[in-house]
Amino acid sequence: MAKDRWTFRLTPTRWVLILISLVAVGVMIYRLGYGLGAATNLNDNWPWGWWIGFDVLIGIALAGGGYSTAFIVHILHKEKYKPIARAALVTSMLGYIICLVGLFMDIGRWYNFWRPFLVYPGSWHSILFEVFWCISLYTAVQVLEFGHIFFERVKAASWKRFFDAVIPGLFIAGIMLPTLHQSSLGGLYIVAVDRLDPLWWSLIIPIFFLISSFFVGPAMCVLEGSLAAKAYNRELEMPVLSSLVKISMWMMIFYLVLKVVDLLYRGHFGDMFAGTTASNLFLLEIIGGVIIPIIMYATPSIRNNPTGLVTASALVVGGVILNRLNVVFTGMAEAMGGSYFPSWMEFTVTAGLIAIAVLAYCFIVENFDILPEEHAAKKAPVVGKGVPARA
Amino acid sequence: MAKGVLVDLSRCFGCRSCQVACKQWNNLPATPTTFNNTWDNPPEMSATNWTVVKYYVTEKGNKVQWRFVKEQCRHCLEPACESACFVHAFYKTEQGPVLYRYYRCVGCRYCMLACPFSVPKFEWDKVFPEVKKCRFCFDPGGEYDRLGQGLEPACVSACPAGALKFGEREELLQEAKARIAAQPDRYVNHVYGEHEYGGTSWLYISDVPFEEIGFRTDVSKESIPHWTGRVTKWTLPVAAGWTAILTALYLYTKRRAEAEEGH
Repeated sequence: MAKDRWTFRLTPTRWVLILISLVAVGVMIYRLGYGLGAATNLNDNWPWGWWIGFDVLIGIALAGGGYSTAFIVHILHKEKYKPIARAALVTSMLGYIICLVGLFMDIGRWYNFWRPFLVYPGSWHSILFEVFWCISLYTAVQVLEFGHIFFERVKAASWKRFFDAVIPGLFIAGIMLPTLHQSSLGGLYIVAVDRLDPLWWSLIIPIFFLISSFFVGPAMCVLEGSLAAKAYNRELEMPVLSSLVKISMWMMIFYLVLKVVDLLYRGHFGDMFAGTTASNLFLLEIIGGVIIPIIMYATPSIRNNPTGLVTASALVVGGVILNRLNVVFTGMAEAMGGSYFPSWMEFTVTAGLIAIAVLAYCFIVENFDILPEEHAAKKAPVVGKGVPARA
Repeated sequence: MAKGVLVDLSRCFGCRSCQVACKQWNNLPATPTTFNNTWDNPPEMSATNWTVVKYYVTEKGNKVQWRFVKEQCRHCLEPACESACFVHAFYKTEQGPVLYRYYRCVGCRYCMLACPFSVPKFEWDKVFPEVKKCRFCFDPGGEYDRLGQGLEPACVSACPAGALKFGEREELLQEAKARIAAQPDRYVNHVYGEHEYGGTSWLYISDVPFEEIGFRTDVSKESIPHWTGRVTKWTLPVAAGWTAILTALYLYTKRRAEAEEGH
């Protein structure tokens, strides 16, 4: 079925999302015009807060579904996972774009945002330099990868040929760059030696961030798949997803073992039983976000059941979110002193960015060849739902 | 060659002349304050308070003792702020001070997170804030320069108690050790800043244990740039090696997939 018109159906939910987006855009303009102090509750004790913690550290980790899926499908050529690769790419690309917008909101002197590209001598000693470069380049790589899909729909033969030719290089760069910056995002906190709680601080915190961003990828694919299945009246890609999460399970087992070894080696294993807020949140993160999902993924009856699969994946995602919040807030609270709770404007910007990403996802899925066709519309097709078909 | 200041906490009586001198020399506005639960006034360092004297009540023998700790940038030998900055806005001068180039600054505030002494402060009330901190009265070519003109920092010249001494860091370190050796019963045998985080230009000696007056003594002797260097040195090898592995995997698995299709 050839589509020659762009479609975007406005449902009540989408009107609400548009409203949230518009309010957030207003807040963003206010923040850029009046400064961080006017818009946020950040202060000298808490120079980094909600936007860095949620929009950047959590956002980038959860967008890890893009590179972990790309690695499995495009580098290892495991064709059976191909049906979800495009959806994972789109979600990841949108995730990175809103993270970059969130990051732009967070920098105090935003007209200088381009300066790190000048590569001042000495600037490369900063882990933030690596993060900045890799995230910028990887977002560009993902936009180019999406260009490959875009020019299927938008007929331009020479562009299509160009993207066909460069796509292998993009796939390889699209794994290498996230490997570097997912780990470096953890590396940012190496400077907090003696200040970040030793339950989280480690010289190998980059490896923990890398592994967790990898294993949260398939879990995010499950959650996105289940949301898309509901929204578009499709069936969840059960065989593909329940097999994919086994890769997550093995990565989580490795993560757990490495965590235990690291804590024992540094002599802080006992800290988690101290009964403090920090130690309890650590236990919640590890038991609720790693150990229980490992058991659920390992049990075929749970893994092969949509409810069980979605529940376990939600726990994994929640565990990674809690881990990043623990690093930014819980683990730093004692050393930073003072107090911080995000302002309504900080929350609104985050909500608006997510709303914009959801709307963009819907538009892309309804107008490009993203979701797999094999299970499409097994249920009774609903008029006007605009189930995408292959051109 | 590199300058430093020796702070003898046993001599300070908390007059805050250094705070006033710093404000006057650097043309910083006064901070309206209110009563709070401490004697510190203003209570914390900020973008307009580059040095603050902290008051502590502690016990020495059976007697209650007041001690006063002047806080300001320590001017680390290997500064965390410099290594954290992705536009190299902070830099260590060969004269000792750690300076800031506002025109490069992006305002990401990673320096504030990186500094183990929580020194850099942000102009939160400005639309385009700068990061502010003590610059050791060194402002090469600028109107606030003292060090470059052969003068000691404003705070040192204002100290009526002889608690602050300006000079070559190496000589001050020897003097600190000599003072401790001359009166071992009076001083704690520790020069704070000799080794902490790789060493700082400002050195402290005290007659009460440092832990009782706001200093953390359980900290790393390794500088923050050295800590991060242990990780960043892997960046290029990992990037190169991983790209090679990915390319090999891509070609190998592609050929295998095509071979399977060919049957």
